[in-house]
Parts: sequence; structure tokens; C-alpha cells
Amino acid sequence: MQEGQADPGLYDFARYRERPRISWPGGKTVAVWVAPNLEYYEIDPPANPHRKSWTKPHPDVVGYAHRDHSNRVSHWRMADAMSKHGFPGSVSLSIGLCQHHPAVVADANERGWEFFSHGVYNTRYTYGMDEAQERALIEDSIHTVREATGQTIRGWLAPALTHTPRTLDLIAEYGLDYTCDLYHDDQPGPVKVKSGKLISMPYSLEVNDHYGFFVYNMSPRDYADTLIRQYERLAEEGAQSGTVMCIPLHAYLIGQPHRIGPFEEVLRHIAADGRAWIARAGEIADHYYAHHYAEAAHGA
Amino acid sequence: MALDPAYLDYPRRAEGYDHDLYPWSAIRDRSPIVWPEGKSVAVWLCVSLEWFPITPSDTPFRAPGHMATAYPDFRHYTAREYGTRVGFYRLLDAFKKAGVNASIATNGAIAERYPNIIADILADGHEIIAHSTDMNGTIATGLAEADERALIAQSLASIEAAGAPRPTGWLSIARSQSWNTPALLKEAGFDYACDWVNDELPYAFNNGLINLPLNHELSDRQIITVQQQSADSYTRQMEDAFDYLSGEAASHGGRMLPLHITPYIMALPYRIAAFEALLGRLAARPEAWFATGAQITTAWKAQQ
Repeated sequence: MQEGQADPGLYDFARYRERPRISWPGGKTVAVWVAPNLEYYEIDPPANPHRKSWTKPHPDVVGYAHRDHSNRVSHWRMADAMSKHGFPGSVSLSIGLCQHHPAVVADANERGWEFFSHGVYNTRYTYGMDEAQERALIEDSIHTVREATGQTIRGWLAPALTHTPRTLDLIAEYGLDYTCDLYHDDQPGPVKVKSGKLISMPYSLEVNDHYGFFVYNMSPRDYADTLIRQYERLAEEGAQSGTVMCIPLHAYLIGQPHRIGPFEEVLRHIAADGRAWIARAGEIADHYYAHHYAEAAHGA
Repeated sequence: MALDPAYLDYPRRAEGYDHDLYPWSAIRDRSPIVWPEGKSVAVWLCVSLEWFPITPSDTPFRAPGHMATAYPDFRHYTAREYGTRVGFYRLLDAFKKAGVNASIATNGAIAERYPNIIADILADGHEIIAHSTDMNGTIATGLAEADERALIAQSLASIEAAGAPRPTGWLSIARSQSWNTPALLKEAGFDYACDWVNDELPYAFNNGLINLPLNHELSDRQIITVQQQSADSYTRQMEDAFDYLSGEAASHGGRMLPLHITPYIMALPYRIAAFEALLGRLAARPEAWFATGAQITTAWKAQQ
């Protein structure tokens, strides 16, 4: 990025008309990917000078225990609902989970899910790291996930969405293919980096379960309705443009007993609709790089 | 600019938790639980019965629902008292009508100030859970250990002095504990506490104290006060939860639905009917076992 500039120079502006149409495999109009955040939050993390972690003195019992619910109860609930309706996960992974609760990571791996890095812990922030420290974090992510799952990470969602001006350049240099940290479009697109190639993979804050339940305070059924409306619109527009819909999840939210039933109806709806290419983030990136990247990056 | 190198050290990055309070366990791996009478979903009603001094304390933090305006905050002081004087009696009637028992998490100050309430609770066969002294009795790290020990002892003494049996369960205000709390609760002789919301069945801390998870996401405070949803939406959510848990229980063993109720929230005239109807429908479900915290932890313990 252009550090210190008013426009960070992440990508070229492109209006949502007269773009080359993205054609997804099988003639589908919308690529749908589900992004479960498999996370570990520390109970007593060290302080980052730029951001506080827990709001209460440690231990923040509700904050910590709520998230721990994922790793004891709700991961399997969420994962079973996804598997039942044919949705693989593309996991935003706190890589420390590979050490703390390897059974959770193994379950996701056995289901054929893809992993990308979400930092070591969601209580360790990138803010303030120098380049060597940020390189250490990226290298740790690559090595840890490879050792735990046999997979090589291809994407990045910054831990707790904390970045430095170097982050995108560095992940591209290490050969990662996509970032989930940019929210400017419903289609993938090239990101300008110093070396290598990088694309933005549409993730979502607006239909993230965290926003649904803790920013917009939706009921479980209202959140399910929100996802269906999001899907219906993107599937319809995708006939002309080719869109991506991401459903970002946290098991401790969506896997609560009052929410998982209505959510399962969303998966049933999308799977039965016929317009969705249900895919992993890496498959969407592969298709985009193979068929659309060169044209979009021309002059970028 | 760089961060302190220690920020990239991870001293507890190893299998299990980054603390020694309780062991990891996935609910799917445990032996199925069987509740009494062959029921599959334990429904645990837990009411928080609170007394808010009009002189709030921020040490270590101000309790949710506490005074909010400049002194004297008549509106919040009296609205909370409404829950105790009027709302709580609507709840007692609703429980009786549905034929169910509840756990009443009771501030010691309630027992000191309104001993009739304690008698009414006991007469209907409900359980009393210790719930601090009053709503200034919050706990967090930073509260001196001796002060926390005294707070726990006073909470118990006030309830016992009103003629109730010594509570075997504890609920902290806002479920907030210090590092010392599990040890102090064990030392005070409690069988169980309800603060950690990381599970949906009882489990044991390393010191033997049972944690009975009182899901804050299912509480009337979270759904109605924080998320601003209606009583009808709340009851729909509880029934969706019950339905899901009933299905899960069929393949994975007994499950539990905790309903955490606050008199000044749920027992208002325009909300109570929806709650009464919910109780009636749940009580009619053949899978439902309405039980107190002590009954649930006892049944669980017998199967470990």
C-alpha cells in the first residue's frame, strides 16, 4: 500500500457496470463460500500498545468462556450442518488452535476444509510489529498449518483484523493468493502489491454472524432471513456480473442452540437453489486467476 | 518501531488450555447423559433476584442494570424494586401454574431485607442459589482475596439467617470471577457455580467444583434488554433451542436448556403472558425435565 497517502493505493477503481463478466464453473451465477473462524483466544494475553484485548480484568469469564464454547460444543454442531448440506469450510484459523485443540483442527481437515491464517491467537494483534516480527508471524502460520494439516495456506485474514502497511506486500511475497481483509466489492479483484500477485476474496463483515448478532442485534430468524436476501440478490445479479457470497461464521455464535436450526434452513435454501457454485476460497481464487485475473489486472 | 519481543512468545502454546482451571473436553466425546424419568432435555429455570443500592459502586465494576443517572436515580432504583415486589410474584405464580421448580439466585440483601420472600420461595419448593451480597458485590481480579472471601461468606450467612438451607450453588454478578473465585467457592463448600458459559452440560473444574453453564446468550437480559427483541421473539428462540436440543439429545444423550430470567425484565405486565405461555408449552413436552441446578448437577454427578 501507499503508506501515509490519502488513497492507500490498494486497487484501481472499477465501477459496477461494463466489467468483464465472471463466469463460474457450471454456469453458476454466484460463488458461495463459508468461512468458519476456528479461533483461540488467550485468557491472559500480553498487552498490545495499540489495542486492548479483553474489556474486563483477566479472566474475562464470559468473554473467554463464550469463545471456548466453540471448541467444546458448537464447532461440531456448525460443521455437521455444513457437511449435511454440502458446504465445505474455508477456515479462518487461529493457528495456535493446532497446538491447543488439535482435535478441532483435525475434524475440519477430515471434512475436506481449507485453512488460511488468522494469526496465532485472536488476542495477539499485528499493530506495531516491525517487518521481522510480521515475517515471523507469516512463517509461523505457513509452518504450523502445514505440520498440522498437510495443507499450505493460501490466504490471510489478519488476526482480529489488525494490519500493518506491509501486510499485503508480505503475504504476496510469501506466495499467498488471496486476502480476506478488503471489503470494496462483491467480486474478486487484483490487489496492488510490491511483488508477486494477490487478489481480494470477498469476505463479509455485514453478514458476518458477529455483526448480525452483536452489531445489528438480530434474532436468529432475522439473521437467517438476512443471509437468504443477500444470497437471492447476489445470485440474481451474478447472471450479469458473476458474484461471490461469503458466510463468515463463529461456532460460538451460530452454533448456539437457538440459532443453528434457522441457520441450517439457509444452507438448505442455497444448496437447493441451483444458481450457487458452493466452493472453497482456494477454488474461487484458482478459477479467478485462471480466467479473469489477467484481464482485470491489465494496467493495474 | 517494533513490539516487545515477548509479544511473539507464546509460553502456553501447547495441547490443552492456556490455564489450569479445568480440562478440555468435547461434548461429543462424552458418555451420553440420561436424565431422570427417561427425559432428554433438562430445562433449568434460573431467576436472578437482585437488590440494587441507590448508591452504586464501581469497584471492581458496576453491575449490569445498576443505577445510571446522577444521584439519586429514582427511576432505576424503583424499577428494579418493581421486579422484586411485583414481578417476582408473577414468576412464582407462573411456576406454580406450570408445575415447575426453579433456582432463585438471590442476593444476600434480599434475604436480610425481605425474609418473607425467602419463605415464599422455600414454600414453593424452589432452590436458592447464593448470588453475592447485593448488586454492589461484584467480583473481578483486583478485589482483595480476603474481601472476596468475606463477600462469599456474607452472601451465605444472610441467606441462612433468613431460615433457608445453606445454598450449594453460586452465581457471580455478571458471571464475573477473579482468579481466586474457583478456589474460594470450593473453600466455602459450594458444590457448583454457574459462571462459565463454555459448555451445555455440567463439568468439573480441576479443584472439583462443578460448573453448571448458565448460557448468557439465552438470557432475557441478552435477548430483550441488550438485543432489544420482543418477548414473542424470545419465546420463539427458546422453543427453537428446545427443538434443536431435543433432536441432538436423541443421538448424543441428555441436553440442557437454561432459561435465565430477571424479574424486572421478563415479569412486566406486557411480557409475562408470553413467558407463561412458553412455560406451559415446554412443560407439556414429553422430553422436558424441569429441574433445579442442584437436581441437575446431582443427576450429572451420579453418572460420572
